[in-house]
Amino acid sequence: MRIPCPFCGSRGNDEFTYLGDASVRRPDPAAPDAMRAFHDYVYLRENPSGLHQELWFHGSGCRSWLIVTRNTRTHEVSEVKLVGRGGEA
Amino acid sequence: MSSHRLASGGLVDRAQPLSFSFDGEARSGFAGDTIASALIANGVKLVGRSFKYHRPRGILTAGSEEPNALVELRTGARREPNTRATTAELYDGLVATSQNRWPSLRHDIGAVNDWLSGFLVAGFYYKTFMWPAKLWEAVYEPLIRRAAGLGRAAGAEDPDHYEKAFAHCDVLVIGAGPAGLMAALAAGRAGARVILADEDFRLGGRLLAERYEIDGKTGVDWAAQVEAELASMPDVRIMRRTTVTSVFDHGQYAAIERVNDHVPVPPEHEPRHRLWKIVAKRAVLAAGALERMIAFGNNDRPGVMLASAMRAYINRYAATPGRRIAVFTDNDDGWRTAADAHAAGIEIVAVVDSRAEPPGEFKALGVKAITGALITHVHGTLGVEAIDVIEHGRTTKIECDALAVSGGWNPAVHLTCHLGGKPVWTEEIAAFTPGTLPPGMHVAGAANGALTLAQCLTGGMAAGAMAAVECGYPMASIALPRADDEPASITAFWRVKESRAKAFVDFQNDVTVKDIALADREGFSAVEHLKRYTTLGMATDQGKIANVSGLAILAELSGRSIPDVGTTTYRPPYVPVSFGAMAGHHRGRDFRPIRLTPSHRWASAQGATFVETGPWLRAQYYPRADEKDWLETVNREVRTTRGSVGVCDVSTFGKIEIEGADAAVFLDRVCANTFSTLSVGKARYALLLREDGFVMDDGTVARLAPERFVMMSTTANAVRTMQHLEFCHQVLWPSLDVQLVSVSEQWAQFAIAGPRSRDVLRKLIDEKYDVGDKALPHLGAREVTVGGIGARLYRLSFSGELAYELAIPARYGDAMIRAIMAAGEEFGIAPYGTEALGAMRIEKGHVSGNEINGQLTARDLGLGRMVSGKKDCIVRLCL
Repeated sequence: MRIPCPFCGSRGNDEFTYLGDASVRRPDPAAPDAMRAFHDYVYLRENPSGLHQELWFHGSGCRSWLIVTRNTRTHEVSEVKLVGRGGEA
Repeated sequence: MSSHRLASGGLVDRAQPLSFSFDGEARSGFAGDTIASALIANGVKLVGRSFKYHRPRGILTAGSEEPNALVELRTGARREPNTRATTAELYDGLVATSQNRWPSLRHDIGAVNDWLSGFLVAGFYYKTFMWPAKLWEAVYEPLIRRAAGLGRAAGAEDPDHYEKAFAHCDVLVIGAGPAGLMAALAAGRAGARVILADEDFRLGGRLLAERYEIDGKTGVDWAAQVEAELASMPDVRIMRRTTVTSVFDHGQYAAIERVNDHVPVPPEHEPRHRLWKIVAKRAVLAAGALERMIAFGNNDRPGVMLASAMRAYINRYAATPGRRIAVFTDNDDGWRTAADAHAAGIEIVAVVDSRAEPPGEFKALGVKAITGALITHVHGTLGVEAIDVIEHGRTTKIECDALAVSGGWNPAVHLTCHLGGKPVWTEEIAAFTPGTLPPGMHVAGAANGALTLAQCLTGGMAAGAMAAVECGYPMASIALPRADDEPASITAFWRVKESRAKAFVDFQNDVTVKDIALADREGFSAVEHLKRYTTLGMATDQGKIANVSGLAILAELSGRSIPDVGTTTYRPPYVPVSFGAMAGHHRGRDFRPIRLTPSHRWASAQGATFVETGPWLRAQYYPRADEKDWLETVNREVRTTRGSVGVCDVSTFGKIEIEGADAAVFLDRVCANTFSTLSVGKARYALLLREDGFVMDDGTVARLAPERFVMMSTTANAVRTMQHLEFCHQVLWPSLDVQLVSVSEQWAQFAIAGPRSRDVLRKLIDEKYDVGDKALPHLGAREVTVGGIGARLYRLSFSGELAYELAIPARYGDAMIRAIMAAGEEFGIAPYGTEALGAMRIEKGHVSGNEINGQLTARDLGLGRMVSGKKDCIVRLCL
């Protein structure tokens, strides 16, 4: 696989580290159901067939965390953007 | 002149004779020969024994698809088993040995398996060696492996080296036959950066093996002319002896270059093989096609050869596999072999065509044609002696010494399938052609099912031009060379039902028509089951000749259509790749980079024993001459540190600078304990937890200024911790005003521990800095200078003693350790290694590195109380 890094251009996936689903949001620890919410946040992930937004870390490059939209069936990467532009979780 | 070398012609260099040996017998050949062509020129037919039945085998093909002619190449540590004689280039002094036979190739005891073959049918092992189960590993498997075999590995360390390399281009052209050459030319003339890779040592593909004309020139001359033009283009790179083996996502291709297999020993500093990763915007697959066999009785006898291979040996190598040749074909291609052999003055005893109406073009040839007929049987054991031909129910025996067989052509679709594409059956040529292609790939020529010359040239040109245009280059103006399409009609024919002797489908795995029938009878009639049950299509050739024939026969036997049966999965690599090439330089000491501490040179001079901790080499202990074992040494190091003073290089710890208005808030969030309350000039033990509450790492955080902290993590987790902090900063809390930078490599750091440590420091730190107990109390941290050089001094103890850590820019690390040792001499200072460090940590009851294994929580480590109750962290919920 190759990932087009917004800073570094198209790079081999050996420069990146995979983390997983980028759509999960850290729950509010003050909420009454925090225990359950944190359990789901830590352990539960969707395993979609098709488009998947996922976190990749460009550790051997610009050290950016990226949100990569990848088709899990074809590995086609349709979008790559920097994380953290949408405000705090 | 060797017995079977034609008097003239061929692309071998008769001015360059080469001598070589096969099974200890001296032979001769010419430059430009392969081992196979040289053996044929020497009249050698028998070159190996088969895997299971130990049947005598000869040379079947003239390319990398060869299932039979596998030899051990070279000797000693450079011995390489299972080398295809059909691709191994001849060099002077080459030594090749046949495999899987004892005591000799002609008299092989293992051939008794052929007589026992009634028992050794498909699934024999599964059925026979069922129980007792524990005997499988201990007895059955070793015995079977010894009896059924390929070549022997060298058994000694490989003296050669291998390397990996990377290349980028616009258009990768795979194969340099007529289609590939045209594609490279079209893309190259358009200005694209082109890589043209071909597994042969000479460009031209089938043009080298045929008597084609292009633009009024011979195919060979035309190929040379195109090659010359390509070589003159600055952005075209020609890679010979390079097989593109695999397709990966997003235009990545693996290729194996046999850099120095054609010389006795690689020149100094040159690798034997080079494994390429090629990144290409577009690829043109022009890998050609592979001719297939027909299954009939004893079709594996030495001297039976694919018709295209026989043409290659006659035309390219001027070596004839026989003097009285018969041909068996179901398509026009077999006739071309008869025509070429005839033209070379070799006798054609008969052309047996399974079709009633052979092509008119070849009538003028004047050879004996037997049409609507089949070959049922081959006579002769160590070589073809005669064939039985059945025509209208009447069998005739015809004497011959070689037999060319053509069952049609299978486009080399392999690389189109590596990303999940499924080939589609094309009735017109009775073969599978590429289905859904990998993104960015075009297919041209025979690989695309366009089996004739003019089609190859047209298709290659179109694919090359299109690929260049897609990369943003203009359409190249290029004239299509003049060439004709040769006759290429086929009525596919797979097996001769009338044969009684073994009719082989997979030569390398000894799979016969009977085995396929048995698998079908026993319910293994799905094509993937057939493969596993009979081993059809496995081993070094991966069924390049066998697969399609095998599934076509399965279709016929089970009353299904061929597309209904489908193909097995084509997986990379296309040809075997040496382990050496996959490892590259990463072997032995070079398996991975080694990191050395700033005091390494000094420690080596002290005779330290080193230990690998992650990528680092750290001093484990510093033995003295009079100490009898490591324990005595470590005990002394601990005693000295506890009693006086010791020093240890701790530069390997991760060091992360954390700066910004929100640095303290950030630390509060990433650590289980609180840091906003830490005063400037103080340090605190830090515990980092994963999102699931398990301990990720521990260390120390010191506050050097209100908005500036330095975090020290463990050696093993330094990289992971930095990555985690980047995650927290960039993903979880991007609005925090904080910056992170890893400074692990920038600082050399020494732990100076023991009751006299302050005395040592006093001598080192510049006078103006007070290092007394008041100015620098327990867990104090301050910036100081050492000889005018900015340094950091932390009063930290991981060993329970009065202790400090002194950090200094890494380039002064070597000088620093020497200065510390000099300053500590009067106190009897001893350097200590990781053993003493660990012992003292454990004695103090401190968390040691091995405990942070991802399976323990803070509470497990007795640190539950450290976890702040005010935290929005999951740990609190867990506790």
